[in-house]
Amino acid sequence: MADVRARGPSVTAGARPVAADARAVRPRLQRSRSDRLIGGVAGGIARHLGIDSVAVRLAFIVLSFALGFGAVCYVLLWLLAPLEEPSAVQPATEFRAPGRRLMGGLVLMAIGLILLLWITGLWFGGEQGWPLVLAAIGFAVLWARRGDERRGGSRWTLSQLGSPLESVVTGQVSLPRIAIGSLLIVIGMGVFLAANTSLAAAGNVLLAMIVAIGGAALLAGPWVWNMGRQLVEERSSRVRSEARAEMAAHLHDSVLQTLALIQRSAAPREMASLARTQERELRAWLYGRAPDVSGVRLRDAIDAMAGRLERQHQVRVEAVVVGDAEMDDQLRALVGAVSEAVANAARHSGSTAISVYVEVEADAVSAFVRDQGGGFDPDAVPADRRGIADSIIGRMERRGGSAAVHSRLGAGTEVVLRLPRKPA
Amino acid sequence: MSTRVFVVDDHELFRSGVRSELGHDLRIVGDAGSVDEAVPAILASSPDVVLLDVHMAGGGGRAVIEAVRSQQPSIRFLALSVSDAAEDVIGIIRAGARGYVTKSISAEELTSAVRRIHEGDSVFSPRLAGFVLDAFAGEAPQPMDPELDLLSRREREVLRYIARGYAYKEVAHELHISVKTVETHVSAVLRKLQLSSRYELTRWAADRRLV
Repeated sequence: MADVRARGPSVTAGARPVAADARAVRPRLQRSRSDRLIGGVAGGIARHLGIDSVAVRLAFIVLSFALGFGAVCYVLLWLLAPLEEPSAVQPATEFRAPGRRLMGGLVLMAIGLILLLWITGLWFGGEQGWPLVLAAIGFAVLWARRGDERRGGSRWTLSQLGSPLESVVTGQVSLPRIAIGSLLIVIGMGVFLAANTSLAAAGNVLLAMIVAIGGAALLAGPWVWNMGRQLVEERSSRVRSEARAEMAAHLHDSVLQTLALIQRSAAPREMASLARTQERELRAWLYGRAPDVSGVRLRDAIDAMAGRLERQHQVRVEAVVVGDAEMDDQLRALVGAVSEAVANAARHSGSTAISVYVEVEADAVSAFVRDQGGGFDPDAVPADRRGIADSIIGRMERRGGSAAVHSRLGAGTEVVLRLPRKPA
Repeated sequence: MSTRVFVVDDHELFRSGVRSELGHDLRIVGDAGSVDEAVPAILASSPDVVLLDVHMAGGGGRAVIEAVRSQQPSIRFLALSVSDAAEDVIGIIRAGARGYVTKSISAEELTSAVRRIHEGDSVFSPRLAGFVLDAFAGEAPQPMDPELDLLSRREREVLRYIARGYAYKEVAHELHISVKTVETHVSAVLRKLQLSSRYELTRWAADRRLV
């Protein structure tokens, strides 16, 4: 059709997600939940590079002897790399937060490492070393990763590092942490500067600048890093939703139009009803109402009911819903009664179109089911019809609602249902 | 004199279908498959009613309405769409269409809808009535202009009947008023929909996050 040509660009745009998938073959660098001794860093790197995690751990240990380079790298990656999302497949027990014992081991390892460096002469000496340790602790206090990785939770906890400081700063509130962390870094920098004033006076200005820049990086670096990462994530999610919108536009102009055409054509009734069902399902998907959640909101439940009855009885069911509400037992009863009324109209009225109107008000829900068929004389009701009307009325009354059937010969029938809503 | 109709839809098959269906009772003076093609052709043939697809490349039905109305305000528009996205429907009405029907409408219904638009009435399908009730639902926190931002009790009643599938004539019968009065109410609703600055109208459409 004409616009398949016109929409050419959207086809290429639709290919974008595929390219994104190809990029995603190598897993992102995330800390591993399952392959984890301390922070899951080595496991994550191993997964990212596709090598054995033992090799990565060995590399870290070896590098740690080079002026502690490996240890510093490890800590940085721990702080910067996101923890992977818990996967549904892995049992929850596989992930345990590092316990007290592990923490104790870590502290001992750190002390041992420092002693080792000291003894071998690699440690850069107490005077210059301790301020840096102080600053590093401040950094950790400031930037221990949030307990959960999701955006929106602005609460920061120390649970990921599980540091002893947790008991001091009772986690949760970020303000004291910011204060303490900043103070430690500033003190560290200050002491470092004070200890080094004996250096050549000419170098002092440069040194002070480097120290200040280093301090600023410690204070704000991870924040800037996080901002950048969030920007990237937001951009990729926007790209995804744009691709989806373009696909929706494309489908709208092709499939939906075709389905509309089939309905207009003189095709057998069954064909038209099939096309209508397809259209309804596709539309529900396109406009964000996934078929598998139908029945959760009243609007979806009514739509699903209308679609089902259209298929069963090959009539057109025009459903209009004003307002919406979560489904509960009351509303399920109402949808059931509406469904019976529609089925009843489809079987007996001879009308090809049935109107369903549901309005949600603050304290009650009303529903109207109307056909334009032959109608009947309420005084001369066929027994089967009476029975169904009774079942609808009975169902409503048991729930504290009401039902009425209005009909006149030659003027169609309308079933009016009203049900109070459960107080929330 | 029969109503002169112009059809704008980017699907040729649909255009020819409408031509053959409406050709008996109405006079089709032209058709177009794109916004750029439609505007000069409509201005040249000055039809009574334009049947307008909501979704088209180059701005859709809204662009056509805006371009034509500034030059020939007497031409009336009836929006015709497969989309029941609330945003589209409210959008095209606010641009100036006098009614909205879905493409599954029967040929007879469409013919009568075009005639009513020509006579200056508006055409509310049950779905449009539902959208309007939804859009005006609840109390406006601070109506800027109560005349425009709220529906009267009577207008609400009329819209409810339309949403329930009643024809104007049947609504008139139920409410013991004349058909003309029903039409007056519906036109008033249409005017409010077009002119109201009610915040809910935009927010409501955005909330539904429809494409």
